[in-house]
Amino acid sequence: MNSAVALQTTLPILIPLISGALSLVLWRSRQLQRGISVLGTGALMIASVWLLLSVYADGIQVMYAGNWPAPFGIVLVADLLSSIMVLLTGITGLATAVYSLATISKTHEHYGYYPLMHLLLAGVNGAFLTGDIFNLYVWFEVMLVASFALLILGGERAQMEGAIKYVTLNLVSSAIFLSAIGLLYGLTGTLNMADLAVKLADHQDNPMVQVIAMLFLMAFGIKAGAFPLFFWLPASYHTPRVAVSSLFAGLLTKVGVYALFRVFTLIFPLGDSLTRDLLLGMAGATMLVGVLGAAAQFEFRRILSFHIISQIGYMLMGLALYTPLAIIGGVFYIIHHIIVKSNLFLISGLVYRLQGSYDLKQLGGVWRSHPMIGVLFLIPALSLAGLPPLSGFFGKFIVIKAGVEAQQWWLVGVALLVGLLTLYSMTKIWAEVFWKALPEGAAAPAQQRGGTSLMVITIVALSTMTVLIGVAAEPVYRLAEHTASQLLDSQAYIQSVMGVN
Amino acid sequence: MSTLLATAVGVLYATAIYLILRRSIVKLVIGLVLLSNAANLLIFTSSGLTRYAPPLIPEGADMVLNGVVADPLAQALILTAIVIGFGVLAFAVVLIHRAYEVVKADDMDQMKDTDT
Amino acid sequence: MNMPNQPDSLILRVTGHFLLPLLIMFSLFLLLRGHNEPGGGFIGGLVASAAIALHLFFTDVQSARRLIWLDPRDLLGWGLTIAIASGVIAMFSGLPFLSALWTELSVPMFGMLKIGTPLMFDIGVYLVVIGTVLNILLSLAEAEDA
Repeated sequence: MNSAVALQTTLPILIPLISGALSLVLWRSRQLQRGISVLGTGALMIASVWLLLSVYADGIQVMYAGNWPAPFGIVLVADLLSSIMVLLTGITGLATAVYSLATISKTHEHYGYYPLMHLLLAGVNGAFLTGDIFNLYVWFEVMLVASFALLILGGERAQMEGAIKYVTLNLVSSAIFLSAIGLLYGLTGTLNMADLAVKLADHQDNPMVQVIAMLFLMAFGIKAGAFPLFFWLPASYHTPRVAVSSLFAGLLTKVGVYALFRVFTLIFPLGDSLTRDLLLGMAGATMLVGVLGAAAQFEFRRILSFHIISQIGYMLMGLALYTPLAIIGGVFYIIHHIIVKSNLFLISGLVYRLQGSYDLKQLGGVWRSHPMIGVLFLIPALSLAGLPPLSGFFGKFIVIKAGVEAQQWWLVGVALLVGLLTLYSMTKIWAEVFWKALPEGAAAPAQQRGGTSLMVITIVALSTMTVLIGVAAEPVYRLAEHTASQLLDSQAYIQSVMGVN
Repeated sequence: MSTLLATAVGVLYATAIYLILRRSIVKLVIGLVLLSNAANLLIFTSSGLTRYAPPLIPEGADMVLNGVVADPLAQALILTAIVIGFGVLAFAVVLIHRAYEVVKADDMDQMKDTDT
Repeated sequence: MNMPNQPDSLILRVTGHFLLPLLIMFSLFLLLRGHNEPGGGFIGGLVASAAIALHLFFTDVQSARRLIWLDPRDLLGWGLTIAIASGVIAMFSGLPFLSALWTELSVPMFGMLKIGTPLMFDIGVYLVVIGTVLNILLSLAEAEDA
């Protein structure tokens, strides 16, 4: 194995780990930690671009940790889906790090905000890159422990209440995941995902395989926030600092979605199974319930949290339809969604900085005082609702077109309806926050240090990316097309993991 | 033996779920502890229960193991899961302690502010 | 947690003073023999933290903090750095992350000593475990005292 491959697949995990360790060692100096956080996430983004470029050029890259051959050691496998997800992690990480400079208070920094953020990024990237099912569990836990601690930094009552629900449901999900791994290991005697795919082909008729697939669906369904397992999400995502919310909203549920994509294309290919029908139903219900939940809310970040759920539905729909076009749509949707959703949370933080509230009834008149912020909000909001020529339109269009081709009419109907309701929901935010006059007796903005320029810069950068994905949809589509064909051709994945050494 | 252990796993899961569904947050955490132990015992049981020799090569012997030996990987998995479970549950204990200080009640029904 | 309304236990205090160095030594023993025999960084770290927890039973938080003289966060940070460094070393020789490298050192009186990156990793884990447990333990004890 050549050492450049080993380096580029390890760096996305190693960089945040090193930045985290350094900022722990330097916990006494705020300035150094802030510097490390921006430099570290910047380096992470560069490393992830490098990884994506070489995976695109040379195909799947495999790293054998500790130089143990597969399937005995742990492998890191970077295929296109993994490296796209890693790149999106880098983008969100950098955006959050810059945004944090302007918004995170001294107390949060003192209690280890930056080390935890790096640990979270390391966990997320580890989960994306690993080719070993038990290692996936370990990275999930790294990510969860970091997210638990980030969620309660500050220690307000709402945070505690949200965290208890978040912690409980995620631990239940981990226990289910672990049980599934145990049963899978008992059945096949291996943990390497490529090896599992080979070994399970001999167990087609074993009813145990179906049971294990269901356990995985449950475990990852909870992490992804799919119906009916999403209740922890809207109870907790609006409670921490906005930078933390944004990081969670962009990445954490998507790790669950990624795991579903990986497991149900490689280990348990969906085909015409019961799992597929179930996943189709879950996708429809997730879309609908999420958007209806959002319609009932009047808190900025809670509306956005419910929209995460409804958007997860589109991604699941892409997976569940299980045609090449649908997978392309799902991948495209993930790319679009991570950037748009993090951005919307960041905007809610900017509005909070200006007017001191997240409650729509307390807000108003932002359009009159800051028209630029209004425009910056409209770009991701309309993209979320799926208006052309923004990125969301193409995501929705591809998924729905795949639905029409697969003749899943009711699911197509739900997807279209949900698009309309999303537009309603975004219009509600627009009308309440930006259009109407500031209500009398509204909360005064909290006195906070620093200006808003860093916040605006991150939001502008992410909004530009949304526009670019929309305008240059063709290359992104090509990338998603390659990704989908790689996902559906599990032989290539198996050969690159098992064949080299 | 595996029937006995399978029953124990089942009882552990059932107890854990019962405790998680209680209103008390202390019982909730005890339920989570039991749940992670149930999963560990499940790995142990499902990876095969036979009296094998430990997979250790005696000092000075060849690098090859003779005869049938136990599967060390399942034990490594359980050890890792125990370590992770230890860390996560230590965090959960701190969390419920803090939550108790803030909410002043050992009752999930008092923690509904973020649900509506 | 020396609470004013709780009687001070003489037996615990006297045995505790004797046990503390023994436990720390035992934890180091577990750490060093961990590569080939049962033991290792995690178990060693837990034993060491248990020793300090025992110390906490018959003294207060301040004296426990003085005992470890480093902030738990420093232990955590340095432990993590050492553990990661042990994996990175291999990358400089062109091997994948976490590959084990060994070297033999001759130590006077003892003969040849085999040391390598897995031992370094274990030392890192040892420090991380002590740092984590003490961080949680001390913050709980301080909350109790306040």
